[in-house]
Amino acid sequence: MKKILILFAHPRFEQSRTNSALVRKVRTRTDVTFHDLYESYPDFHIDIDREKALLLQHDIIVWHHPFYWYSCPPLMKQWIDLVLEYGWAYGPGGTALQSKKCLQVVTTGGSRKIYCAEGRNNYSVNEFLRPFEQTARLCGMKYLPPFAVMGANKLSRDDLGAFAVQYDQIIDCLKDEKPLAALKDCVFEKDLPEINKA
Amino acid sequence: MTGSILFEAIAFLAGAIICVPIARRFGLSSVLGYLLAGILIGPFLLGIVGEEGEEILHFSEFGVVMMLFLIGLEIEPKDFWKMRKTIIGMGSLQVAGTIILSFLLFSFLGYNWPVALAVSMAVALSSTAITLQSIKEKGLMGTTYGASSFSVLLFQDIIVIVMLGLLPLLASGNEIVDHGEHGTGPGFLDDLPMGWQTATIILSVVAVVFAGRYLIVPMLRWVARTGIRELLTASALLIVLGISFLMELAGLSPALGAFLGGVVLANSEFKHELESTLEPFKDLLLGLFFMAVGASINFAVIANDPGSVWSILFAVIILKGVALFLVGSIFRLKIDQRLLFTIGLAQVGEFAFVLLSFAFQLDILSQAQMDLMLVVTALSMTLTPILSILNERVILPRIGTRESEERPMDTIQQNHKVILVGFGHFGSTAGRFLQAFGVKATILDNDSNRVDFLRKIGFEVFYGDATREDLLESAGIAEATLLICTVDNPNTTRKLVKIVKKKYPNLKLMIRAKNRYDAYELLNLGVENIYRETLDTSVKMAGDALHELGFRNYTIRRQAKKFMNTDEDMLRELANQHQNSKEYIFKAREAIAMQEKLMEEDLKRGGIPNDHHWDSEQMRLVD
Repeated sequence: MKKILILFAHPRFEQSRTNSALVRKVRTRTDVTFHDLYESYPDFHIDIDREKALLLQHDIIVWHHPFYWYSCPPLMKQWIDLVLEYGWAYGPGGTALQSKKCLQVVTTGGSRKIYCAEGRNNYSVNEFLRPFEQTARLCGMKYLPPFAVMGANKLSRDDLGAFAVQYDQIIDCLKDEKPLAALKDCVFEKDLPEINKA
Repeated sequence: MTGSILFEAIAFLAGAIICVPIARRFGLSSVLGYLLAGILIGPFLLGIVGEEGEEILHFSEFGVVMMLFLIGLEIEPKDFWKMRKTIIGMGSLQVAGTIILSFLLFSFLGYNWPVALAVSMAVALSSTAITLQSIKEKGLMGTTYGASSFSVLLFQDIIVIVMLGLLPLLASGNEIVDHGEHGTGPGFLDDLPMGWQTATIILSVVAVVFAGRYLIVPMLRWVARTGIRELLTASALLIVLGISFLMELAGLSPALGAFLGGVVLANSEFKHELESTLEPFKDLLLGLFFMAVGASINFAVIANDPGSVWSILFAVIILKGVALFLVGSIFRLKIDQRLLFTIGLAQVGEFAFVLLSFAFQLDILSQAQMDLMLVVTALSMTLTPILSILNERVILPRIGTRESEERPMDTIQQNHKVILVGFGHFGSTAGRFLQAFGVKATILDNDSNRVDFLRKIGFEVFYGDATREDLLESAGIAEATLLICTVDNPNTTRKLVKIVKKKYPNLKLMIRAKNRYDAYELLNLGVENIYRETLDTSVKMAGDALHELGFRNYTIRRQAKKFMNTDEDMLRELANQHQNSKEYIFKAREAIAMQEKLMEEDLKRGGIPNDHHWDSEQMRLVD
């Protein structure tokens, strides 16, 4: 059984319908460590020792955040800047995170149609997240394709519920190292082979 | 009864050092401790201090003068002017009412009318020394009770001059008056016609005001320039003595003159200097005064006729109380403030010693009558502090409960989740921010005027002493999830914490601490969330200073946070060590040792370079 750490960063969580639905499911799980970064470090003063210890205790790291300006909220970036230290996470002797898995969970306002070569945003979410992918890779982690809940503003209550269930199921599969084949009609669908390969 | 002045001094000092801490230990006011010390060393118990007690009494009355000077210093002239209605209204009502009641009593006891009137005038006056000292000790000067008591006492200081002027008129045909001997006795003005007397009085008041502005302040500036500290002490004493002398010369009360002098100097830049210089003199002299009162209680008179002493004593206290209670009702003091006021001023004061012995010299009173009344005066001064304690511990708590029962609406509305204790500068800021989030805390405060005001503008406020369990209960502590204490006084805070920890161990506490030592005590009481008022602001200030010097703001901010976190950790580490030393004097020494230790730790950790984030130096070294 793999240990899962969800690093959640949302500066205005109390206002987010989508993330409330997603988080409600997973944060109550006893087999997952849910770590609310904005709640822990409201002044951006990240306790690096604590974060490193948490990382070492888990096998799968989830970066869960809304998609702001094609990237993450600033505290998530601050976390990456400070915690993934040279000589610890990468560079000479930086092997602390070797062979851990990294999953990014993002919520976007724009739909999948907008996030493509023909759409207004020109690139897909996966492409926008390249820097994160590379970050994980540099630290020796296996970067899974991102689980993106898109068009979040227009989702119905039922849609939200369905996404929350999927999130929960993904966590289940990752935990037990099972293939994700059971997930049908999932935003993840296209990436499933890649995920199951990993 | 040795005549050695050194031996007497030793007796007084030792008496004070032994009795006052014992009194404080039992939660009594220091006034009572001094009085008991006086009785102990007085002629009727140990006999260390004998007849000289009388002289010491006169000498130490100077403590009262100094106290009024210091009180004057704290009152700005415009505030004093605002109080004029209360001073004249409450004061005249209290004096007139008490004189009438007392005159009836003593006439009923068979005294002829001049005697009854002379005695009544003495009875009407309360003790400035005892009342104001207790009020200041309890920090109640800002309350309605404090202000009302002060107004009445000030009026008495004024009216005593009139009384001293009237006494000779009561003496039928006896003109032999010995002026020189008595401190507050009439001065050279007695022989002048009434109009001249008034003119001189006004003139001397004007003289004090002008001297304050144009003589004293320039003198102090001149002295300050010399940079010799003891000269400032000398000047402070000179000012008070000078004003007293001038007032005595004009036949005014020196205490009143000193008060005026204080008010005049309240705006000057030397206010705090004068305060800190005179404070110890005042305290010592007042202590001496209280001890002298204790020593002057003539137990022989009590032994001869205990019946009449005790019955007159209680009759006098009761009739004073009745008059005060009526005054309090007329001026609409809240019931608890009114009771404090009633009992606080119910004693016969130190002016009675002056009036009674003056009346004796004028042959209005017989020796026996004077002795009796002197004993009653001294005993009443000893008894009222005890009554005050009874009032505060037994009567007031019940009244508090009744008040909240009368207002069920208040109680229902108060069942919020947060209780905020104290709504001063600290508490009100906290409360406002809570309110900005729509969190309406139940506020507890012990200033009834502030409570009324806050209620008027829509806050929900409970009035009373938050260390009273019943008040906490009616404020809904049982349902509360959080109690925030922003009280300024660490003793009150600790008391509150102890009560809450014992009765409601699950209630979350957030406590304001004055400083590191305060925080240690709170930590040792098991409080988790401690907010040192001296931590955040000082670090922020130092941070701004560093910024002025050219350091970058974000670096400073990160370091400041780190600094405070380390400081918090160290606080918790060192709290246990602190537990072992309890005595104040050792704490002071410990304070220095602690600062040393903190500095050392800081040095060990090194300065700024600790933060290697966003630092490419290491990578450059490898490449």
